[in-house]
Amino acid sequence: MNRRISIMRRLRPAVMLAVIMALMPAIGRGDGCLDCHATWEEGAKAPSKLIKFDVHFKAGLGCSDCHGGNPNADDMDVVRKTKGFKGVPKPAEIPQFCASCHSDPVYMVKHNPSLPTDQLEKYKTSVHGMRLFEKGDGKVANCVSCHSVHNIESPLTPTSTVNIQNVPKTCAKCHADTSYMKEYGIPTNQYEEYQKSVHGIALLVNKDNGAPACNSCHGNHGATPPGVTSLGAVCGLCHALVADNFAKSPHKKAFDEAGFPECETCHSNHFVQKPQLNWVGTSDSSLCVRCHAANDGTRGFAVADSIHMALSHLNNAYNRAVGEIDQADQKGMMVTDERFALNDVKQAIIQGANEVHFFDATVVTKTAQDGSAAADKIYNSGQKKISDYYFRRKGLGIATLLITILVIALYFKIRTLEKN
Amino acid sequence: MIEQKLEPKRVGKGLYTWVDERLKIATLVEYMSHKVVPKHRGSIWYYFGGATLFFFVVQVVTGILLLLYYRPGADSGYESVKFIISEVSFGWLIRAIHSWSANLMILAAFIHMFSVFFTHAYRNPREMTWVSGVLLLGLGLMFGFSGYLLPWNELSFFATRVGTGMAGALPFVGKFLMTVMRGGDDVTGATIGRFFGLHVAILPGLFAVLLSFHLFFIQRQGMSEPLEWEKGAAGPRKYYPFFPNFLMRELLIWLIMLNILAVLAVVFPDGIGVVHWPLGQKADPFAPPPPVIRPEWYFMFAFQALKFMPAHLLSVEGELIGIGVMSLGGLLWMLVPFLARKNMEGQKPILINAFGWVVVIFIITMTIIGYILK
Amino acid sequence: MDNANQDRRGFLNWLIGGGVIAFLGSVLYPVVKYMVPPASGEANVSQVKLPFKLKDLQEDEKHFRIFKFGRTLGIVILTPDNQIRALSAVCTHLDCTVQYRKDLGLIWCACHNGKYDLEGRNISGPPPRPLKQYAVHINKTTGEIIVAEGQG
Ligand code: HEM
Ligand code: FES
Repeated sequence: MNRRISIMRRLRPAVMLAVIMALMPAIGRGDGCLDCHATWEEGAKAPSKLIKFDVHFKAGLGCSDCHGGNPNADDMDVVRKTKGFKGVPKPAEIPQFCASCHSDPVYMVKHNPSLPTDQLEKYKTSVHGMRLFEKGDGKVANCVSCHSVHNIESPLTPTSTVNIQNVPKTCAKCHADTSYMKEYGIPTNQYEEYQKSVHGIALLVNKDNGAPACNSCHGNHGATPPGVTSLGAVCGLCHALVADNFAKSPHKKAFDEAGFPECETCHSNHFVQKPQLNWVGTSDSSLCVRCHAANDGTRGFAVADSIHMALSHLNNAYNRAVGEIDQADQKGMMVTDERFALNDVKQAIIQGANEVHFFDATVVTKTAQDGSAAADKIYNSGQKKISDYYFRRKGLGIATLLITILVIALYFKIRTLEKN
Repeated sequence: MIEQKLEPKRVGKGLYTWVDERLKIATLVEYMSHKVVPKHRGSIWYYFGGATLFFFVVQVVTGILLLLYYRPGADSGYESVKFIISEVSFGWLIRAIHSWSANLMILAAFIHMFSVFFTHAYRNPREMTWVSGVLLLGLGLMFGFSGYLLPWNELSFFATRVGTGMAGALPFVGKFLMTVMRGGDDVTGATIGRFFGLHVAILPGLFAVLLSFHLFFIQRQGMSEPLEWEKGAAGPRKYYPFFPNFLMRELLIWLIMLNILAVLAVVFPDGIGVVHWPLGQKADPFAPPPPVIRPEWYFMFAFQALKFMPAHLLSVEGELIGIGVMSLGGLLWMLVPFLARKNMEGQKPILINAFGWVVVIFIITMTIIGYILK
Repeated sequence: MDNANQDRRGFLNWLIGGGVIAFLGSVLYPVVKYMVPPASGEANVSQVKLPFKLKDLQEDEKHFRIFKFGRTLGIVILTPDNQIRALSAVCTHLDCTVQYRKDLGLIWCACHNGKYDLEGRNISGPPPRPLKQYAVHINKTTGEIIVAEGQG
């Protein structure tokens, strides 16, 4: 008995230390909220469960730093009565709630100097912000609709709801929900279309983070649909050369006058597809004939035809070259250099596609001719490889024939020799 | 009369007397003209040594030609081989012949060795011929191993890494051996340097010396006669004169081999099936290894047998035991003429034949399994 | 009979003689052809001599040229401070060929407006990684430019 007590005594400091250590995180932050909330709340989405992942929590902020209240009070009633207690903000209060820190440059610079502090200002200009503040519409997106609550993470973290890979889904949460969006009278198929577009495939399937998500075109805090006039600038952010070419083209003025949005008129917005050769031209499936007809007094029809001819020619030359070197390859000839040279033709095809936006046949024709010439050179080289292949066979045939004759002659020589 | 003076025969004779006056080759020719080769059912096996010799000569010639353009090194080995097969005229042919002939030489050497084994030609007095032969085969395998790395492509890089890694598993000397072979901790440009030196200088030198001995022994002793003849069985003994009959037959076979070689090299310049050496991509030490790393076919049986060893056998590493057993087997194999002496005296060499068959079946099954089990 | 035999033997010898000569020809032809070095000289190793001179680059109004470097493309640039710099010309985004924009003082990829500084660092647009730099050696007397693998 005595002995046991003495063991306990000796252990006591260790036990105390363990208890203190376990309490350290909470004590360190001077935040007792979790002591109670963690035991009350259930489910994976409970704030006390999520908070461990939150950037604010990781940066040392406690519950009361946002929600106010006395974190060391034992009773919730006492907490509610403390000065500055904010509790759970209503949707319309949330922007101000976050902005109390995020719009304060003096405060923010201490935590993350590179973070902008104009989110609220921008938000006020957005469709979301305007509806919230002017019409009191609590259904629109506020900060936490996109950034989540209590497990807010940096956009660079792959699991963040606003990481570029997750943005489309985050927006779609509301925008693809037909019943939720019903009263607004705007389409809800953007996400579906986007997923099938070149951009959606690049971002979501090929994981190319250089590809645009919703916010790349629409902005994020100041989210608005780009207008007719600003569309070219939005696409031109990445497709700079095309946008440049277009601005120099006769279509620029014509589109402006007719009130056509620049890129979208031909390429659509969310459902952008890989351009096809028949888009430009005069066939029924081409886009040009939507406006241009054979004798409409503009050059459009003729130009479309010439551009189509030039690009088809380039395309055919490319395919012909690829076919020839594939054949040579199958015959076991070395064609790595030819394959490498194909890059020039591919580059010409890209350049030609860019230059379509001048809507000037001479420019495209020049590029297509250069590209075709390069493709023809590759074709010839492939052809030479193939004839080389047959030359080898022929050479082999002759050599084996000669050796075989020698073999037979030698055989008879041996026979005559051994007869004697 | 005047035309007759230009007849080839006369010119030849003139040349012969001219040389003979200086070098006294008449005695040599006299000696050669008495040389005979036994004529019997198994005479065909006498040609395989010659076939091996033929492929070796092809290796030397094409190897020297490749040396005109090949440049060893981690940043030139691959490039120069690519240059040879894509830009040098007939470069593809020279590489294809060198690769095909390398494989056929090993194959011919194996057939030659087993035929010598099963006809018991290694018996007294040809023990030294046998031992030199085993060593020649060993050098042949080393030729293959060292040459494989030289193109510095994906295939060769990873196979060499695995192959040299196996040596690293040996006790005591393993680490040392592996480091010496690789010229460092891993397979790098330094390894190419070593393998290149081995492949084009050291091995050819050793091979030439051993081959001279091998051929000298054969010249001195003549070809062995069948066991049955010795026991006084069978009817009359028949012989071919070595010169010109046997030599002409041998020439005939070499020509046929050359024809086969040419057809294989032109039709399958990159090899086919399990003998395959496409240049492919340049070796990238940091790339993930290809899914199947296979040694060349003549190493497959050993490779597979080692893979079959359990991880541990009586607390000794299984791979170690495998290497040990196989080394011992190789040694036994080399000493066969000395171990088989008793067996040979009078009785039928049942035990030794059984040993041979076990080895043949072991090699063949292990090779097949190696290719079936990926 | 004897005559016919002799004739046959003569023919056989002739055939063998001719066969040997033809055989030697068919072996020696490829060997001799092989020994003649091809026009391209020697195997490209990890450096190339550019097919144009320093002067050409200086006179080129665009101040850059694309060149073939092994199995990829390189770009050589005359920088505003008159240095010669060589980098990989393959955009790290989707492999388009980049160009030098004298007006911007940048390396620019036309495909998606990717931008790199003259050290090859990706500074704007989609490219996820910098361009690799190569070492440049210039022969002052001949004006030859040699580009080699390794940091410039
Ligand atoms: C690797 C290159 C080799 C070459 C170039 C070579 C060459 C030759 C040649 C030209 C002959 C005479 C013709 C014949 O009997 O077939 C011969 C005989 C012989 N070789 Fe090899 N050989 C090689 C490997 C081997 C090996 C691996 C062995 C056995 C382990 C061996 C054992 C013998 C023996 C015992 C004879 C005498 C056969 C007799 O007299 O019937 N040789 N070799
Ligand atoms: S390929 Fe260069 S930016 Fe997309």
